Amino acid sequence: MAKVVLHTPIKDEDLENIKAGDIIYLTGHITTCRDVAHRRLIEEKRPLPVDLKGGAIFHAGPIVRPIKGQKDKYEMVSVGPTTSMRMEKFEKEFIKQTGVKLIVGKGGMGKGTMEGCQQYKALHCVFPAGCAVVAAATVEKIVDAQWMDLGMPETLWTSKVTEFGPLIVSIDTHGNNLFEQYKVGYNKIKDKELVEIDKHLSFIK
Amino acid sequence: MDKQAQVAKMTDIMAKFVGYSSKVLPDDVKAKLQELAAKETQPMAKLLYETYARNMKLAKELDRPSCQDTGVLQFFVKCGTDFPLLGEVEKLLKEAVKIATVNTPLRHNSVETFDEYNTGTNVGKGTPTVFWEIVPDNDQCDIYTYMAGGGCTLPGQAMVLMPGEGYEGVAKFVMDRMTSYGLNACPPLLVGVGVATSVETAALLSKKALMRPIGSHNPNPRAASMEKLLEDGINAIGLGPQGLRGDSSVMGVNIENTARHPSAIGVAVNVGCWNHRRGHIIFDKDLSYTITTHKEAKL
Repeated sequence: MAKVVLHTPIKDEDLENIKAGDIIYLTGHITTCRDVAHRRLIEEKRPLPVDLKGGAIFHAGPIVRPIKGQKDKYEMVSVGPTTSMRMEKFEKEFIKQTGVKLIVGKGGMGKGTMEGCQQYKALHCVFPAGCAVVAAATVEKIVDAQWMDLGMPETLWTSKVTEFGPLIVSIDTHGNNLFEQYKVGYNKIKDKELVEIDKHLSFIK
Repeated sequence: MDKQAQVAKMTDIMAKFVGYSSKVLPDDVKAKLQELAAKETQPMAKLLYETYARNMKLAKELDRPSCQDTGVLQFFVKCGTDFPLLGEVEKLLKEAVKIATVNTPLRHNSVETFDEYNTGTNVGKGTPTVFWEIVPDNDQCDIYTYMAGGGCTLPGQAMVLMPGEGYEGVAKFVMDRMTSYGLNACPPLLVGVGVATSVETAALLSKKALMRPIGSHNPNPRAASMEKLLEDGINAIGLGPQGLRGDSSVMGVNIENTARHPSAIGVAVNVGCWNHRRGHIIFDKDLSYTITTHKEAKL
């Protein structure tokens, strides 16, 4: 199968044939955006200082370092996803307000994000977490930094990336949610296993 | 060497060791990941293990932290009463973290609570955290370093069960956490379980359990059998790397325990992610040191 590479700005029709479980890549711009930035937009109603229409966000707090001899220029050292579920509370509204098309993070997201992805056409994808050097190696340069008052992990760092991935699609635009499907199976096996385990644990007699 | 020079020397070694442990996995974790990757049969899981391996190679080559979340530093210190820097260790560890944060570099992971601002230095009130054990008539200082990342900190939970719930209750407590939070915590996980009386005793044991090497066993035969039962049970769930299905879920389950109050079973669970950045270094009284977790380490 041909390698699927999305380019920003992403259009609704680019996402139509992509299904949960597919592997895709991203070329263009992606902005790190996590807990406090979501809260500021949704709860504090502060306009996001980055235009995300057709864009991509990364639930991530990177390690960056200043580039010596260049004022206000930074290099991406290590960047990888953080737990996406922390942003679940805000994500549907976030998709609606920003027009973001690609959300990259770690683990699954819930019902609100599923609805947001279906209604407003967006994807949630997993980048293999803990692989921060693989991700940083796809970053050509950091082109923008906003809300730096939030400190290194929470600043909105916008990077220019080439074939950033692998991105495993966890929620598609058709209402499919890979992790929610998998969780049903996991819980069934867990209950069965517990019955077996319990047979060997009668230590209190 | 006067005391000031001794402090400077140990600070320098610890700063380098902390930085090193952010870039290179301990030998036991490396070996276990290789073993799990070799026996994996599912294509998505195989791709993920390959990405893990590529990341570790790149981290070493490019000399960068292998995960961007370099955690809040935690130190488990077992120090002899005759170790010459007993009174200086805690302060110098904080200094070492500050230095490592700039030199490695590490992420700034200390947000002052209530005032809610990032200190920008990776240290703050009570961070790094130092847990102490004092050993009488001994002149060594034995230190475990651990980078507690956010993702693998989130599943942490402790509670006190009624004895009627028994060890079956302990098993359910651990297993439930695996399918709710565990799959987001970067499996294959190392699972630490504490069994004691109250939440704080169980919780500390569950974290200490993560310092034990993968493949080691609790000396109590029943506890060891429960480690195996849980390991097999969680593996059967098939979380796979990233929770995206696979033949394994964990690198191991380590249980640590103490005696308990007759009316209570305190239980806690803590997990380490696949990128389990644990280090172990032992100083003698002359500040010569041995690193047990990373055979190839050169500081």
